[in-house]
Amino acid sequence: MATGTGIVTAADLRGGSARRRREALIRRAFGLAAGISIVISAVIIVSLIGHAIDFLRQIQLSWLVAEGWFPRRNEFSIPTLAVGSVIVGGIAMLIAAPLGLGSAIYLAEYAKPRQRRALKPIVELLAGLPSIVVGFFALTVISPDVVQRLFSSATFFNLMAAGIGVGILSTPLVATVAEDALRAVPRSLREGAYGLGARRRTTSMRIVVPSATSGIAAALILGLSRAIGETMVVLIVAGGTGGSALTFDPLGPGQTATGAMAALAFGSDQVKGSNAAFASLFFVGLLLFIVTFTLNVTSERYVRRARRHG
Amino acid sequence: MIARDVTAGAVASGIRSAKRDWSGIAFACVLLAMLLASLGILVALLWDVVKRGAPVLADRGLDFLTAGPSSSVSQAGIGLALAGSLVMMVIVALIAFPIGVGAAIYLEEYARDTWLTRLIAANVRNLAGVPSIVYGILGLVLFVNILNRMINIRDTGSLLSGGLTLAALVLPIVIITTSESLRAVPRSLREAAFGVGATRWEVIRHHVIPAAAPGIVTGTVVSLARAFGETAPLLFVGAVTGFFSTGNATFLEKLLTSGYTALPIQILFWSTVPNPEFKALAAAGIVVMMAILLAVNGVAIWLRNRFERTW
Repeated sequence: MATGTGIVTAADLRGGSARRRREALIRRAFGLAAGISIVISAVIIVSLIGHAIDFLRQIQLSWLVAEGWFPRRNEFSIPTLAVGSVIVGGIAMLIAAPLGLGSAIYLAEYAKPRQRRALKPIVELLAGLPSIVVGFFALTVISPDVVQRLFSSATFFNLMAAGIGVGILSTPLVATVAEDALRAVPRSLREGAYGLGARRRTTSMRIVVPSATSGIAAALILGLSRAIGETMVVLIVAGGTGGSALTFDPLGPGQTATGAMAALAFGSDQVKGSNAAFASLFFVGLLLFIVTFTLNVTSERYVRRARRHG
Repeated sequence: MIARDVTAGAVASGIRSAKRDWSGIAFACVLLAMLLASLGILVALLWDVVKRGAPVLADRGLDFLTAGPSSSVSQAGIGLALAGSLVMMVIVALIAFPIGVGAAIYLEEYARDTWLTRLIAANVRNLAGVPSIVYGILGLVLFVNILNRMINIRDTGSLLSGGLTLAALVLPIVIITTSESLRAVPRSLREAAFGVGATRWEVIRHHVIPAAAPGIVTGTVVSLARAFGETAPLLFVGAVTGFFSTGNATFLEKLLTSGYTALPIQILFWSTVPNPEFKALAAAGIVVMMAILLAVNGVAIWLRNRFERTW
């Protein structure tokens, strides 16, 4: 360098102090950006817990097991929402599990590269559908033309139509995660099976799918988490906007945790202010957060297990 | 073991029988049917909204795209809703893109493997799985209640609250897709730059970011599309779901200070109005929304195919 001796020292390589200061500044700015995600989580958790406690202070605990979910009448039946969410989530998985896993196995094991390039966009297009669009479809087609035609006793607003709509939204997630898991199974296992004379179906179902069990479980759990957190379809077609009694009937109207939250903020039901009905929003939100968080963490554990063994 | 016998039996019959494996073919057909059922649903959905929405678009044309909200079917349009959505998309892009890309760069290029790094990465993955409606609560607490104490635009939330809420919603998606693109850039590229004396930022700025740009841009566009169609969180941050009048305020005043709405919110409202004529308006709104989404995603896919390099 400038010294002209030809010997480069460590000090030369470190660069000028201005350059080093700029480096440190940039590093700190990026670190700050990364920290924002922690702030977002912290605000979500703190505000949910804080307002949920406020809600519990305002009410009598017996209101939580009232006959139904009617926030304006101080009936905050959590079982009503839990049963509603389980029914909708269950029906959704009855749709998403076969459609998602079937698509995943076909794409990963059967489709030739060219066919895969043509078929994979179906899954991607489905994944890009906004939930409001599926909600409208559930209202105009799934409920009158599918559910009510199959079950004459079904009311126009029903949990079944909501479940089917939510299932359509969960399908691409199940398909994508499961396909990734299947494709991660080493080629050598398939070749071993073919070498022994196994047919394609035997190879797929007895070798590849069992090896990818963890990843497939993760896909189904993620799909369920997505289904339980889905809001718009339920708000539009489940018929629980004005409240709902405890019901186990998927063909009648009902309410889920997400639907209850949205209804509190939606249209004529708007109940802003410091009353218990508005505060219940946070309590239900906290329960929803805990359930989906648990499902997501469980799914991630399965993914990690799949990676370790794969 | 029974499973082993079954497998052995299947293999033996596979080798010995000369006949075609009809049950295997049937099985493949069932799998393909699952995939085609998804396609069928997609086609039925698009057909339904086009059938319902096309007459409105044909009759009203540009008027439907520019008219504001109205309680009269023949006068209601998506003008204000589209403008609201577009303003919020600008806010989302301005906030989520730099923060998301910055966070991803930190996690992939700077951070050492400490408990804090792992906590942040796990936190981002979990945030991506948080139901969108929960982000509505975040928006209500952070971007309506607290923001209003600093700059009070509108008590119940403004376009700014909506945009910030959606930005928080897509932030984890931007971080995850950017991280994946950065990880795909080979180590050797960085090491060559370090070898000639570049600092870390110079390596990132001149080599890593250009190489990862197609993936980063695609990921960001996809996140914007996601934010564009998102409805639930906006219900909590002041989007107006009823009929409302904006009086004779100027367009900008309408956007910033009066009640705002967004395209998905307008569609939701029209879907739930008992008067069935509004269903056609909702369908027409969906057609416009799907057209925009298709165009945006098309651009993203084109960008990826045009500029993506495999190493």
